[in-house]
Amino acid sequence: MLAQSQPAAVGESSSAALLRVADLRKSFPIKGGLFGRAQAHVKAVDGISFDVRTGETLGIVGESGCGKSTLARLLIQLIEPDTGTIALDGSPMAAGSAALRVLRRQIQMVFQDSYASLNPRLTIEDSITFGLKANGTDRIEAKHRAHAVLDMVGLAPDMFAQRYPHELSGGQRQRVNIARALALGPRLLILDEAVSALDKSVEAQVLNQLQELKQRLDLTYIFISHDLNVVQYISDRVLVMYLGKAIEVGPVQRIYNAPLHPYTRGLLSSRLSMDPRRRVSAAPLSGDPPNPIDPPSGCRFRTRCPIAEPLCAQREPGLVAAGDSHIVACHAQHSGSGHSLAAQA
Amino acid sequence: MPNLALDDLRAPPTGLRPRSRSFWQTVGRRLARDPVTLTCAAVLLLILLAAIFAPLIAPHDPYRTSMARRLLAVGDHRHWLGTDELGRDLLSRLIYGGRMSLFMGFMPVVLATIIGGTLGVIAGYAGGALNMAIMRLFDIFYAFPSVLLAVAISGVLGAGLVNSLVSLTLVFIPPVARVAESVTTQIRNQDYVEAARATGAASWRIVTGHVLSNVTGPILIYASSLISVSIVIASGLSFLGLGVVPPEPEWGLMLNTLRQAIYIAPLNAILPGVMIFITSMCSNLISDGLRGAMDVKV
Repeated sequence: MLAQSQPAAVGESSSAALLRVADLRKSFPIKGGLFGRAQAHVKAVDGISFDVRTGETLGIVGESGCGKSTLARLLIQLIEPDTGTIALDGSPMAAGSAALRVLRRQIQMVFQDSYASLNPRLTIEDSITFGLKANGTDRIEAKHRAHAVLDMVGLAPDMFAQRYPHELSGGQRQRVNIARALALGPRLLILDEAVSALDKSVEAQVLNQLQELKQRLDLTYIFISHDLNVVQYISDRVLVMYLGKAIEVGPVQRIYNAPLHPYTRGLLSSRLSMDPRRRVSAAPLSGDPPNPIDPPSGCRFRTRCPIAEPLCAQREPGLVAAGDSHIVACHAQHSGSGHSLAAQA
Repeated sequence: MPNLALDDLRAPPTGLRPRSRSFWQTVGRRLARDPVTLTCAAVLLLILLAAIFAPLIAPHDPYRTSMARRLLAVGDHRHWLGTDELGRDLLSRLIYGGRMSLFMGFMPVVLATIIGGTLGVIAGYAGGALNMAIMRLFDIFYAFPSVLLAVAISGVLGAGLVNSLVSLTLVFIPPVARVAESVTTQIRNQDYVEAARATGAASWRIVTGHVLSNVTGPILIYASSLISVSIVIASGLSFLGLGVVPPEPEWGLMLNTLRQAIYIAPLNAILPGVMIFITSMCSNLISDGLRGAMDVKV
């Protein structure tokens, strides 16, 4: 297979990669039959490589079911990858290693469902101090820290520390979740659809607060969302996922203004314009993503691609640089690939 | 996007804050407003207190037989609830009998809840092979009806208080474990448990800090419904001669020995049965009340 994931190209010339993910794969068995043997495998994350630079916000977009949430769970070590490595600041995060305990504190996550991610039986304070106590902070110090992070997210500790999750609004609960994630002093925060469930005005407030916190605490974000507008607003770089693979990575302006992959184009054109004179002109995406149990041969997007050619069924396009730290996995963009739209080498 | 002032989001001053109640406080308040549960609790408490202070309350010696006063009718001026087939005071025996019957109702359930609950939570949280091993082992117990199982185990171990306690506990462990396992499996996949795991906390810490607080409610509801079953099966064991040994007063055993008198003094004969009925009925209604009170979105 030609140019099947090239970490060198993905890594680019960046000097300060906080998180480096290389060829990460995770598939889930579908069990069936009398003895519960694996009948097939869903390839949720199928060979993804990328860097997250210190201090940036990397937006990850894609349709539902493309593996975004599995990727997030892999990154915070909730599930173990089948193959591939995750390195934080150059130290690999391997299951069972003594360093993992220290490393995983540095990556924390905010989940989508603000209600399900708080224990209904615990007060806000107890929810936040749990992780601290588990990591050896004594009770009084943990309490001070909890109050400090609550204050940071704009919730007065006097008001909220002793309350229960059901007494809070969705926005307040999501702030508590952010506070809990911040309590451990992480360097990287994964926001998995963290604002998707909030209504628009609250969403804007939380987004602004996230921006403010990032400045104040020198945080790095991975912002996972299906909402293209929100990703555009908050991200420095964007990674587009399709069926468990990264198909285009680049700076936010490049991705939004000059997308190269036909999938990215389709995704962006599916957005509604605020201007009635700007009608959707590009061919919209049609159909559903193919079954991840048995993805199409060659390029996975070819079944829905407006510019697919026989070549696309034969060879899988690798991620190749397309100038200015922009990389794309599409034969039409790779010179010399043989695609009729590609520049001839 | 304009930066919205964060101060706007801060809630009003502390003085206006409503008092937060924990889940258990809420459940307690709801139970306190439920007349059926309160009545049943009062009746059970009365029976319990009577059993505990039996020597002070009982009008007669429960062991003293009298051939001349056999099967006196209910309402006798000396023996208010009559006498049994050996002339022993029935009221005194019912009061004393409560000791053994209540003990056999509660103790096996308490033990089974602790043991079965622990095993179920472990199986549910660990999942995988350990879950399979524990739960399949318990499935074997499900092949037999609970009464038959209790009779069989008691039969093997022999009659006696400790043996029937052991057999009843063994009978109740599998169903409690199954409830605990299924609730734990649900809780384990909640986001807050995942968030706790992401902090790097040890499993025991997550179980004690996050899982137990959410599984105790459902387990307690189920366990409370077992108390009446336990009383009935324990009485059944005694009735069959596998539980408490005569002349010890125990409701099930009394029911057995008074059985021959059912045509002569039917009222006397059914009195122990009435006590069993009242006790199990009350514990069942309390269980229902508990279920209702805990069915709150907190």
